[in-house]
Amino acid sequence: MVSSQNESSLLSSEGDSQRTQYPYVTGTSVIGIKYKDGILMAADMGGSYGSTIRYKSVERLKQVGKHSLIGASGEISDFQEILRYLDELILHDNMWDDGNSLGPKEVHNYLTRVMYNRRNKFDPLWNSLILGGVKNGKKYLGSVSMIGVHFEDDHVATGFGNHLALPILREEWREDLTFEEGVKLLEKCMRNLLYRDRSAVNKLQIAKITEEGLTISQPYSLKTFWNFAAFQNPTVGAEGSW
Amino acid sequence: MTKEHANWSPYDNNGGTCVAIAGADYCVIAADTRMSTGYSILTRDYSKISKLADKSFMASSGFQADVKALQKVLSSRHLIYQHQHNKQMSCPAMAQLLSNTLYYKRFFPYYAFNVLGGLDSEGKGCVFTYDAVGSYERVGYSAQGSGATLITPFLDNQLKSPSPLLLPAKDAVTPLSEAEAVDLVKTCFSSATERDIYTGDSVEIIILNANGVRRETEQLRKD
Repeated sequence: MVSSQNESSLLSSEGDSQRTQYPYVTGTSVIGIKYKDGILMAADMGGSYGSTIRYKSVERLKQVGKHSLIGASGEISDFQEILRYLDELILHDNMWDDGNSLGPKEVHNYLTRVMYNRRNKFDPLWNSLILGGVKNGKKYLGSVSMIGVHFEDDHVATGFGNHLALPILREEWREDLTFEEGVKLLEKCMRNLLYRDRSAVNKLQIAKITEEGLTISQPYSLKTFWNFAAFQNPTVGAEGSW
Repeated sequence: MTKEHANWSPYDNNGGTCVAIAGADYCVIAADTRMSTGYSILTRDYSKISKLADKSFMASSGFQADVKALQKVLSSRHLIYQHQHNKQMSCPAMAQLLSNTLYYKRFFPYYAFNVLGGLDSEGKGCVFTYDAVGSYERVGYSAQGSGATLITPFLDNQLKSPSPLLLPAKDAVTPLSEAEAVDLVKTCFSSATERDIYTGDSVEIIILNANGVRRETEQLRKD
């Protein structure tokens, strides 16, 4: 009887070779904007396992040191590893005890190097990251992708956010948005994502970072509207369907 | 056993067009400021031009992460050169360094399409044009990137470049004035923007001459 086991994969010593990857538990879009006093970022709390929404309390917005805020979409376990790297980065920064501290621009650059170097080794961290912060009065908002593509702008988004949120932000963003206006704008985008992105969940957090400090809101949900006339009697135009 | 196939690519094309024109005593280097991925625009305000040395500016389009890494490598090598030689690198020297740097990664290339522009040691404009793995040539003008196929024939026509087959070799450095060359570059970009979806938003123009460096920005169509 010929064994159906593939011996070559048992005997071959590919050793440490970690190559192509698939994401398993993923977070969807993150959106970020500059506003009058600093940066606002929003992300929902979903962790999808393929088409299943497996986790509903995943915090995808995190503080980094004194001046920065990171938001991540993509593979959650890779994000957790990035947080470990950042933890070590900030620890060493603090241990110098020289009164200096890494600002958002520096952290963004560090993340870019990490992502690009992993891409060079064909072992990427499967994330799209948004990094925002304020230092010495200067606001900074940047983005890094899993292959190291990076840039900064007044408004950024990851994943579906690029298609559904960015057009709204480009139309309605202004330099002098107040906090309330900024939150309203982000909620408008998150609602749009909720309607149209199947991996979005209706439980989100909004984070604010200013020169004074950072606050991440408690999770809350958005009001949605489903009372369209066309939804009331959906089969009226096609008798017999369901 | 079938081999596992990658479901991600280490490369992406972030689009954009770069142009450089060499004059008798000036050089114009220009690039649009749009950064795209697929059919999306990532940002409308991104510079593709990098100052490598006092008299060398590089404009690069292609995969942005590789472009940035390439710019960093060259800047760092230039700094070391300055420490060792106590002077700036000349444009032709930088041209060779760029070629070598690109070929170094011949088997996992920098996906970058470069145009190097500057002034040579006689103060004459020089432009060098490259492919992704380092083959290069000194020319009178060049375009690279997504709009290159639209711009190059136009430049060939307007600058009446001599055939490269002529003997003795005729210089393709343009007799146009600086202002005329800048105007020509603006025309190139507004034309390319019409038909190339990856080119637009605005164009950043650097003009290098004996008096120093000047920078101009011109708005382009944002659709």
